Amino acid sequence: MKKWEDNKAWFMVIPVFLVVAVSAILPLMTVVNYSIQDIFGPDNRVFVGLEWYQEVLSDTRLHDALKRQLLFSSLVLLIEIPLGVLIAMLMPKRGWGASLSLVLVALPLLIPWNVIGTIWIIFTRPDIGLFGAAINALGVPFDHTAAPFDAWVTVLLMEVWHWTPLVVLLAYAGLQAIPEAYFQAARIDGASTWATFRYIQLPKMRGVLTIAVLLRFMDSFLIYAEPFVLTGGGPGNSTTFLSIYLVKLAVGQFDLGPAAAFSMIYFLIVLLFCWLFYQALLKVGTGDKS
Amino acid sequence: MKIQKRTVALIIYFILLLLPIYWMLNMSLRTNADILKVFSFYPQEPTFENYLKIFTDKSWYSGYLNTIYYVSMNVVISLVTALPAAYAFSRYRFLGDKHMFFWLLSNRMAPPAVFLLPFFQLYSTFGLIDTHFAVALSHCLFNVPLAVWILEGFMSGVPREIDEMAYIDGYSFPRFFLTVFTPLIRTGIGVTAFFCFMFSWVELLLARTLTTTAAKPIAATMTRTVSASGLDWGLLAAAGILTIVPGALVIYFVRNHLAKGFALGRV
Repeated sequence: MKKWEDNKAWFMVIPVFLVVAVSAILPLMTVVNYSIQDIFGPDNRVFVGLEWYQEVLSDTRLHDALKRQLLFSSLVLLIEIPLGVLIAMLMPKRGWGASLSLVLVALPLLIPWNVIGTIWIIFTRPDIGLFGAAINALGVPFDHTAAPFDAWVTVLLMEVWHWTPLVVLLAYAGLQAIPEAYFQAARIDGASTWATFRYIQLPKMRGVLTIAVLLRFMDSFLIYAEPFVLTGGGPGNSTTFLSIYLVKLAVGQFDLGPAAAFSMIYFLIVLLFCWLFYQALLKVGTGDKS
Repeated sequence: MKIQKRTVALIIYFILLLLPIYWMLNMSLRTNADILKVFSFYPQEPTFENYLKIFTDKSWYSGYLNTIYYVSMNVVISLVTALPAAYAFSRYRFLGDKHMFFWLLSNRMAPPAVFLLPFFQLYSTFGLIDTHFAVALSHCLFNVPLAVWILEGFMSGVPREIDEMAYIDGYSFPRFFLTVFTPLIRTGIGVTAFFCFMFSWVELLLARTLTTTAAKPIAATMTRTVSASGLDWGLLAAAGILTIVPGALVIYFVRNHLAKGFALGRV
């Protein structure tokens, strides 16, 4: 659609600008401010330059958290994307079955994040949980409160359970957008199911899958509430992801300087992925924005 | 035969999907003593005791009221500010429009943990800590950009000729916007309201940090129960089930727009 050229449109954007300025720009400026000062009290601040950044960048616990985070986010993508595409392809395309499937699939997405954690505590505890009890009954000792590996697996399972539906929804929307004529042509050519998938469905889903990969990567990068409720970052530090470590640093230990410097680095990483995401959106979007 | 196999696989997935939720429902219908004593796949003596406690104990039900209060406030703020902005983005080309759009998106993606500390400081300065308004405003960080994005998508679907016709017919802009344009995109407004509601409803970190007692959300009430010793699983499960209800009630109406909302209005 062709657009009118008019800078007066800014007046309509001003309310949004003001609201987001209060909730984003001012706080971000405060963070920058903290990250270059050592604060002992309201009137007792020392300019320290990049000292906090150096300290944070050489913090081994942060390195561990980052490695854990990257491993976690990669695993999340490796499991959720193929699984999500598979389920989207299994779902009926129309009729009451399609509506029912959509509603059921979306259910986990509508649950408050901390309640997700609660659900999984109840579900996986060895004494009262179905999952924990079942695994133990199979002769495999499982206790996510004590064994780091078990805790890890539980958080990963929870994440897959919680967010695969998002990939399903996106992939399903992508599949729905393919005109029926493509499938008719494939049938006439006698294409196998695999060939139809490989040469029609997968290429047509490229746009939405790019969105799915980036969204999942970013959101899993920011994961906080679910593991916080489920494991609190433990046992030890085995499930301390970046957000959890940051909140521990900022609220738990009240190390404002390092926490702020850490925030800035964290924010820049996310911003980079966000930019990639935006580029991907423009490619699949309404054309006139690209 | 092939269709049969597909259906079976899908049903297995749905069972796995619903199992954890079912388990919580199971727990919520049993007393704590019963839960700890016997391991059972279904409530043998179903009781609504836990739900009754939540509806009668002020420390519990006030959590729900607080959450509903600040979530509604947030939805209203988000919609009112986002409607004109989305119209501007969908109809006009202006200085810095693309940069502005990206900047909005980047806020939707910003880690709330990063903003935690400054929010706390900022709202303390203005004496807003522990008010519903503080939480509603902080949730604008991700909901206003989201609202702009979804609404812009819907508005771009309305042909520009409609605007031109209305102006030729002598409508003023406010009258056109309220009586002609807004009804045309009412689906979009409904979908936007749903997603703002949802994302504000599920957020915990900011809501928990910015409140202490007067505006404490149900999510915080629940986490504080977890940390207490000798916690009541049945009660916790019942509280959890109640948080799922609002989303489950309206999801049917937005089922065809779910992908759009979760992918920021671009699918």
